[in-house]
Amino acid sequence: MSEQQSNKPVVTRLVLTVIGMFAFGFLMVPLYDVMCDALGINGKTSGTAYRQEVEHIDESRTLRVQFVATRAQGMAWDFNPDAEQLSLHPGETREMLFYAHNPTDRPMVAQAIPSVSPAKAAAYFHKTECFCFTQQVLQPGESVEMPVRFIVDPALPTDVKHLTLAYTLFDVSERMPDKLASASAQAH
Amino acid sequence: MSAVIDTHHHDHAHGPAKGLMRWVLTTNHKDIGSMYLWFSFAMFLLGGSMAMVIRAELFQPGLQLVQPEFFNQMTTTHGLIMVFGAVMPAFVGLANWMIPLMIGAPDMALPRMNNFSFWLLPMAFGLLVSTLFMEGGGPNFGWTFYAPLSTTYAPPSVTFFIFAIHLAGISSIMGAINIIATILNLRAPGMTLMKMPLFVWTWLITAFLLIAVMPVLAGVVTMMLMDIHFGTSFFNAAGGGDPVMFQHIFWFFGHPEVYIMILPAFGAVSQIIPAFSRKPLFGYTSMVYATAAIAFLSFIVWAHHMFTVGIPITGELFFMYATMLIAVPTGVKVFNWVSTMFRGALTFEAPMLFAVAFVILFTIGGFSGLMLAIAPADFQYHDTYFVVAHFHYVLVPGAIFGIFASAYYWLPKWTGHMYDETLAKTHFWMSFIGMNLAFFPMHFVGLAGMPRRIPDYNVMFANFNMISSVGAFMFGVTQLLFLFIVIKCIKGGTKAAANPWEGAEGLEWTVPSPAPYHTFTTPPEVK
Repeated sequence: MSEQQSNKPVVTRLVLTVIGMFAFGFLMVPLYDVMCDALGINGKTSGTAYRQEVEHIDESRTLRVQFVATRAQGMAWDFNPDAEQLSLHPGETREMLFYAHNPTDRPMVAQAIPSVSPAKAAAYFHKTECFCFTQQVLQPGESVEMPVRFIVDPALPTDVKHLTLAYTLFDVSERMPDKLASASAQAH
Repeated sequence: MSAVIDTHHHDHAHGPAKGLMRWVLTTNHKDIGSMYLWFSFAMFLLGGSMAMVIRAELFQPGLQLVQPEFFNQMTTTHGLIMVFGAVMPAFVGLANWMIPLMIGAPDMALPRMNNFSFWLLPMAFGLLVSTLFMEGGGPNFGWTFYAPLSTTYAPPSVTFFIFAIHLAGISSIMGAINIIATILNLRAPGMTLMKMPLFVWTWLITAFLLIAVMPVLAGVVTMMLMDIHFGTSFFNAAGGGDPVMFQHIFWFFGHPEVYIMILPAFGAVSQIIPAFSRKPLFGYTSMVYATAAIAFLSFIVWAHHMFTVGIPITGELFFMYATMLIAVPTGVKVFNWVSTMFRGALTFEAPMLFAVAFVILFTIGGFSGLMLAIAPADFQYHDTYFVVAHFHYVLVPGAIFGIFASAYYWLPKWTGHMYDETLAKTHFWMSFIGMNLAFFPMHFVGLAGMPRRIPDYNVMFANFNMISSVGAFMFGVTQLLFLFIVIKCIKGGTKAAANPWEGAEGLEWTVPSPAPYHTFTTPPEVK
């Protein structure tokens, strides 16, 4: 029996470690987002509108920003930018329109996920307004023009001369039953 | 009165129970160790036959035998079964059999849990194998089950795969808790930590790795389960998740996992080489610290599996240097093994043959690992047969030769008979030649750009692939010879002495062969 008792502390500690490591696995999820945000890696841009003022426009540099619109597999909508690219100076506020059309015969909800490359430029790409901040609801056959307004920070490393802003459009109708229900109600 | 005393006496010295229930209900570490070893051998043959299907399909370019969908299921289940069903349980079996004998303990610390952790395994792998017969087929996304291949695009059977991994993980965790409790609490008086045999040391460190990372694996498959069935978006970009995050969490488990599969082999080889060199192990203390250093480093190198996902340059540099750092403690180990053999009175019985081949061939696998660690070069090697060659060189002549060496070394203790040395040497040479024929050409086709996990290939790779397949068939068939050798050894043979090896040291050789059902009921004195 004395052996059994001496096992108890070590087993308790090991079981607690196991539970702790299981929790740590899940903790890696927010940790991952925090790291990506803090270090501006992975091409992730901020999910909320940029509110600060950029004081000056750096006229000495001209950047090329390219726009890419991709539909996720199984997404039926038409989705493309108004222009393939534009030139701008760091600090300037510019706008680009994206066109979306729902060709199906049912209301659908879509979510666009942005990504900036090169990845290290993501932290300097500020969106003051973006259709990606919310979901889009389109009735059957409906079309919409969606704006993204953005500023490239003058602090952008000088070796970056060319940026790409890519959106992937996902069908999230099944994940958003509330929005879909209200959209269907409107249609009838 | 005397009758009462007799009954009392009988209760304390009973032998194994009779019949099938002996194996179902046993709490004896030797019984459970044997079951683990037989189970892992069965899984080795099953996973091996899947490898035979893969190599048969790759014998010639073009599609001959199987369709790509089935080929994918074969590569996936081959990997899963070999990692979780063959190599890991084999080492747990060796631990069950040998750790109590090596530290002078009467049994494992938690014998009932020991029984449960074994019997979870047939359930887990029964479940996994059953998915192959389900509609839509079994897992087909590679043993690394990257999301979204394993979530959005997975066959419906993926849920059963997830539960199989859960069960196997729980089994490993319970096994690890048991091993740690045994080593920390049940050592014979006088057996200080730094007097423990190296096999016990490497297993102690391995058990801590298991405790640390198996829960993370359980976590990641739970996230998959939630993404598939409960509408969460851990790995789904549409809902704000990130598929790349899957790879980070998986490899946080996955890299320590590869050391879980090799550290016990390091320990076994560190027992065997001194025995057949008739010299004490060179650098015992440095071996212990090197093992601990490898275990620590294994936690900070995971992203070297994902150099091509687009991590920042500072990240690539960090993971590249950290990975190369592992070569230092590993080099210490190889140096110590070679130094142990240096000017020793060497003999080459089967355990020693496997152990020496382990040192040489594992080092080759280590070198190709160093090549893969070079981040800029890895862009060329990533997902090619070079990677397949690398990890088979560290797992086949690494982990599996370590298991064969251990099996031959301790078979006399387990069975009480000597195995057939001629047949064992044949087994060694056939395995050695077959394995090198199978895996060495993979380096060349990999460097030339042949992708892994694809059932067809460019005709320019045809010759090397044919050689690989011939080697693989040779290696595969040879393992049936191993089965025969083991059965023959159990059935009979020359009686083995308590210590059949001239140079072997350790408490396990102080008990008779075969080891009685109960050993060290009174702890031995260690000086």
